[in-house]
Amino acid sequence: MTQLSVSDLSFSYPDGTEVLKQVSLAISPGERVGLLGPNGAGKTTFVLHLNGILRASSGTISLGGMTLSDQTLREIRRRVGLVFQDPDDQLFMPTVFADVAFGPANFGFPPEQVEHRVKSALESVGEWHLADRAPHHLSGGERRKVAIATVLASDSELLVLDEPTSNLDPAGRRELVALLSLLPTTQLIVTHDLPFVFELCPRSIIMDGGRVVADGPTGELLSNRQLLAAHRLELPFGFDPTNIAPR
Amino acid sequence: MHVPDGFINVATAAGAGVVAVSGLGASLRRTGRDLSERQIPFAGLTAAFIFAVQMLNFPVAAGTSGHLLGGSLAAILLGPWLGALAVAVVVFMQALMFADGGIVALGLNVLNMALVTALVGWGVFRSVMRVLPRRSSAVMIASMLAGATSVVASSLSFVFQYAIGGEGGAPLQSVFQAMVGVHSLIGIGEGVITAVAVGAVLAVRPDLVKGVSDLQLPRLATAPSRKSILAFVTGGLAIALALVFLVAPLASGAPDGLERVAIDNGFIESAQEHPLGGPLADYSVSGIENEQTGAVLAGAIGVGATFVAGLIAATILRRRRSA
Amino acid sequence: MSGGHAHALHFHGHSPIHRLPAAVKLVGLLAFVLAVVATPAGAVWAFSGYTVILMVLLVLSEVPARFFLTRLAIDLPFIAFALLLPFVGEGPRVELGPFAVSAAGLLGAWNLIAKATLSAGASVLLAATTEVPDILAGLSRLRVPAVLVAIASFMIRYLEVVAGEFRRTRIAMAARGYKPRSALDWKPVAVSAGALFIRSFERGERVYQAMLARGYDGNWRTGAHEPITRSQWLAGLLPGIVAATIMLASRLL
Repeated sequence: MTQLSVSDLSFSYPDGTEVLKQVSLAISPGERVGLLGPNGAGKTTFVLHLNGILRASSGTISLGGMTLSDQTLREIRRRVGLVFQDPDDQLFMPTVFADVAFGPANFGFPPEQVEHRVKSALESVGEWHLADRAPHHLSGGERRKVAIATVLASDSELLVLDEPTSNLDPAGRRELVALLSLLPTTQLIVTHDLPFVFELCPRSIIMDGGRVVADGPTGELLSNRQLLAAHRLELPFGFDPTNIAPR
Repeated sequence: MHVPDGFINVATAAGAGVVAVSGLGASLRRTGRDLSERQIPFAGLTAAFIFAVQMLNFPVAAGTSGHLLGGSLAAILLGPWLGALAVAVVVFMQALMFADGGIVALGLNVLNMALVTALVGWGVFRSVMRVLPRRSSAVMIASMLAGATSVVASSLSFVFQYAIGGEGGAPLQSVFQAMVGVHSLIGIGEGVITAVAVGAVLAVRPDLVKGVSDLQLPRLATAPSRKSILAFVTGGLAIALALVFLVAPLASGAPDGLERVAIDNGFIESAQEHPLGGPLADYSVSGIENEQTGAVLAGAIGVGATFVAGLIAATILRRRRSA
Repeated sequence: MSGGHAHALHFHGHSPIHRLPAAVKLVGLLAFVLAVVATPAGAVWAFSGYTVILMVLLVLSEVPARFFLTRLAIDLPFIAFALLLPFVGEGPRVELGPFAVSAAGLLGAWNLIAKATLSAGASVLLAATTEVPDILAGLSRLRVPAVLVAIASFMIRYLEVVAGEFRRTRIAMAARGYKPRSALDWKPVAVSAGALFIRSFERGERVYQAMLARGYDGNWRTGAHEPITRSQWLAGLLPGIVAATIMLASRLL
């Protein structure tokens, strides 16, 4: 069984610009997959399709066997937890507690369960003590973790993270690696941060110009200098994936 | 503009409260289901934007400054109903979070600063757009006039409330003169900032300007030039001076309007240092003894003059541009 | 505009007044201020009574007097204005030291200063003892339409974000030598305001997507309210009731 299956997904803006061209991919339950690509490759647009915020001109998306349609939209949105690039967009309520409670309340969990879910989601990212704080007063790393808790609280099956390491300091980044590697949920991590993906994801997909251009073990893709150069991806100076044993 | 408690009696404040609540109710009905389905975050972000911009002081004339009210800006960008709601929320929370503006006076403040500015601003903007050819420059002119008129209308709304239930002990005539005088000056700033801000949005995201959503406008190539601002400012200053001098002859043996306006602007200046922005800045008096009907008449003339003079300035400007 | 703006007036504490439900405090505030404003200016004793009530509440709240008074400074520009009234008021004059001032203006000034200060004091006390999210919850409990509370909550959440963006823009402008001197220098400020609006609005678009992603369907759901007990209502409204009694007495006497 596949957790996420996307076939022939295409999308154009109203002005005719094609952003996604027949994207197909499948992810199995429990997998952690990196989605790489240069700016403008269509990664964020693709991600917004996964829970139906953008609707494709053609193609299908299904999650654990449920195909995305008007009837299943709500359930799909509960199952796909989208963590946005800027936690200030994701955390829009005046307190951390209210924010984490937003999803479960909308998905119809009864009030006493909502409270329980908020608590366990915040505990699983190690930030329950922040519940009464205002999101604005948190550090970058805390915001990122709380943002992840907001989707965990709704029992998401697929966690989609858009540029999770942006604006994180090295310690925050390391804590994020530790947290994500412990979460059992299926994860799709969209990023340019190649070492991050190398550390976390056994498999990666490269997207460019609205197409999937490569899909394979992360170590192999990152060792292919020609492939990386062709798609404006670069390893940090001195980083050699062939010298490091992947997890 | 934030009216504190004690300035207007309870009955008048309560009356204004009823009007404000009905106005907000009407706005909620007009925005309808669309508001809760889609527009809450936009209205909320706009409210935050207006709150932030109200902390921005701009120079009015040598050494003095004022700050934006933002009602007409919100109306042009979001439409009158949503715009009024956003500014009302700003006013409401300023009173509860910062003790800025009275509690019983909340109705007065919501009426003056949110409903009157948004509705008058929108009305002026749309009427001017109807008259002028549909060009981007017309949007600027219309925004300028909307901004300026809305501020003066807001001050007139306060004078009206003061006439009904004022408890300050200052003669209506003086209150009228000082309020309208100062706000004509503030109105120029409001007008220019509204126009340039709308122009800036129009240049990048014309789809975000509700006020022109149904008009076919060519895309604005660049932000407005310094010359056009010079014309706006000169025109606006002329209007303000004309206003002050129109009303000044009514004065007798008391500090004149200009002098008092300067004192008020001194208040504005000192309020600039205030950590919470520039509250309570723009009330004033000047000692003139006169009958009340004259005041109302002069008010009407004043607003009319602002409007007409602005239009003339705008027309001259357009001619020069096309020439 | 320092950091922590959204909490500028809050003083963290656990006093009985801090613990009262926000809805009760809001109603209490309104009752108190209504009484103050409805009192005839001449009833000086009544205003002393209100001051005593406010001072008792201040002591109970454990908010330091210094904190309270500096926050009350919001009233200052207004007092400066009120002090002008005796000089510009009309009608019979009274001697006040070396000046002959208007009796009506003098009363007007007193009326304004007393009422505005008491009202602002009560508001500062509410803001000092109530977290902003609790104020919002209180408003929603008092049946303020959910969409308005929602707009307010977004406004509060993003106030510092937007103000921070604005501040950075202005610093960037100052760094390149921009210093507004005259009216002609408005343009960069206004253009930056326009740019800020676009950024705010685009953030609104992303926030909206984030709301949809977490199942938002057009119904703003507020959390369950904790029940308010009768004794909490009574405690919260007591100052207002006492003030109303004083007010009635002042009008009848």
